[in-house]
Amino acid sequence: MAKELWEGNQAFAEAAVRAGLKAYFGYPITPQTEALEYMSARMPQLGRTFLQAESELAAINMVYGAACAGVRVMTSTSSPGTSLMMEGLSYIAGTEVPMVLVDVMRAGPGLGNIAPAQADYNQIVHGGGHGDYNPIVLAPASIQETVDTVYGIFDTVEKYNAIGIVLIDGSIGQMMEAVEMPPMLELRKTYPDWAVKGGFAADRRVLTSIHFNPADEEKANLRRMRQWQEIQKNETRYKEYYMDGAKMAVVGFGLAGRIALSAVRAARAEGLPVGLLRPISLSPFPNQAVRQVAQQVDNILVVEMNSGMMLEDVIKETKGGTNVEFYGRMGGIMPFPDEILSEIKRILAGTRRSDTHPRDQWLKRMEGIA
Amino acid sequence: MAILDIKNMEVVYEHPKALIDINTHYCPGCTHGVAHRLIAEVIDEMGMTKKTIGVASVGCSAFAYSYFNFDFVGAAHGRAPAMATGIKRVRPDRFVFTYQGDGDMMSIGTGEIVAAAGRGENITVIFLNNANFGMTGGQMAPTTLPGMKTSSSPNGRDVEQMGFPLRASELLASQDGASYIVRRSLHDPKNIRMAKKAIRLAFETQARGLGFSMVELLSTCPTNWRLTPAKAGLWLEEKMIPYYPLGDIKVIPAISELKI
Amino acid sequence: MPLNGTIIVDENLCKACELCVEACPQHVIALDNEKITPRGFHPAHLAQDGCTGCGICALVCPEAAITVYREKHVA
Repeated sequence: MAKELWEGNQAFAEAAVRAGLKAYFGYPITPQTEALEYMSARMPQLGRTFLQAESELAAINMVYGAACAGVRVMTSTSSPGTSLMMEGLSYIAGTEVPMVLVDVMRAGPGLGNIAPAQADYNQIVHGGGHGDYNPIVLAPASIQETVDTVYGIFDTVEKYNAIGIVLIDGSIGQMMEAVEMPPMLELRKTYPDWAVKGGFAADRRVLTSIHFNPADEEKANLRRMRQWQEIQKNETRYKEYYMDGAKMAVVGFGLAGRIALSAVRAARAEGLPVGLLRPISLSPFPNQAVRQVAQQVDNILVVEMNSGMMLEDVIKETKGGTNVEFYGRMGGIMPFPDEILSEIKRILAGTRRSDTHPRDQWLKRMEGIA
Repeated sequence: MAILDIKNMEVVYEHPKALIDINTHYCPGCTHGVAHRLIAEVIDEMGMTKKTIGVASVGCSAFAYSYFNFDFVGAAHGRAPAMATGIKRVRPDRFVFTYQGDGDMMSIGTGEIVAAAGRGENITVIFLNNANFGMTGGQMAPTTLPGMKTSSSPNGRDVEQMGFPLRASELLASQDGASYIVRRSLHDPKNIRMAKKAIRLAFETQARGLGFSMVELLSTCPTNWRLTPAKAGLWLEEKMIPYYPLGDIKVIPAISELKI
Repeated sequence: MPLNGTIIVDENLCKACELCVEACPQHVIALDNEKITPRGFHPAHLAQDGCTGCGICALVCPEAAITVYREKHVA
């Protein structure tokens, strides 16, 4: 199929449509509103369901309803809206029905601004809503990768009756790149056995997150945790670049990882032995890959567009063995490759191991910058 | 006492099929049970037991899904109209209704219910108004009457501090999207009969694709009102009906002309 | 002449709320103080003759515990 120029938000919307999306419920919020607008025309065009809800809170609950009816359903939002959806996500997790959320992150906390950030990591990757559950979280770094991720995630969430979250940032949502769209799948004509559809007596289905008896609730949670182990085994994804002979590794996800790749390429061109590990699944986190990289290199530089959230998960895996440093930009500021290249050079030139937390060391260095 | 042979008698009333033959957790005399019964009777009579999906809310009726003999989902507090919207939009040929209390619908849920009514969502809302948050022990709710004592308004609802109760039916009826909004009561036989008729017409509104329907049912809460079931019915009649008048609040012509 | 009727109260469901006792126009329903149901209630029952099978007890019963019978009308 030919490549076409697509805007990120519209591209992920179309990708979902092609994956057989039956219903989209959303709310306007910058920087993903183009997805809502695209869906408002595309879904009715195909005779599918579209509704602009009265809030993100309502949208996620509409998704909850449609998911219980057993159809492919999604919503998309940005960081302040994601906070509003946390309650709904917890209920959906407790009821164990599949759905997809695309979170197009922006700077915060609070209303923040509309520029790109990656500061939803903690809220999304570590569950977000209350209770014992883990969403599957994927972080693509290009529009093509976003399209492929969204297209494939519906099968994944249905396999496990899980929540799937695609985490991108405002720039992926807003930029345009050449994309090859996947083939259009037909809408499913049948409903899963577990769905509510008008069953009576023995055929009836009850979908709720309530397990009033604590013993039952514990059993349900244990089942969910054991299923998470399956997901960890099967759905962990990451990419490594230039790791052959690397003495240092940069770790970054999404666009931060992609910008770091430019820096790593520039470094390699200068003969510096540095590589990149780009986690694609943030949940399940590629612990094993991080551990292996930590064993190979002397220094790890984590780059994020936040105050160091994935940083903590990396530190956990290195267990204090490898030197871990951090470089972050926040507030909607995006790092440039040369900033990361400077950091790479600084670290390779020789750093003194310190007991100070990498975030505190970074904050000291930021005094000259912001 | 004379022994009568029931084998040769006709059945005037029996347990509805759409209701499961199971003990409920509702307090003795609580009119949730009456509402459940009426809904089940109407669903039986309309032949909809195999195409209905109920949406339970959060409150005493959170476990409603255990009592109705058909598909049910459980919504978050206040969000039932949104969840029902999600279901109805993807399964428009199913019959979808929410069952909500006054704390659920008119406290945390005002956003969702106003939006659903405004959209003219083709769902039915059964709204149980007993003027308090029952499940959590009888706290003040947006529907609690002025001067009414509850566990969180121990000196009686002071309108200076806590404002006035909300009248859901009138509020929603003011929207063009609302097609059938009726307030009835469950406190005595005559009103129970009228309540059943209202529920039937509300369900007919949905069945005919005529827009948003709601039946507000004034209900007793003997336990939290600290009254016997019978006295609670009298209290409702004396105190609640003056504030929440019974009757057809809004009925579009297509429904008022229906002959059922 | 009103027809004869009778009721059967499901003792698993009755919670002795007495709404039927209050509502019965013939005043023939009472709680049976000789019995205790598995749930610990004195169930409602027909205490005297005079039931006409009007069904008002079943109409007010929150538990759908009452089945109402009435003699078939012989033309």
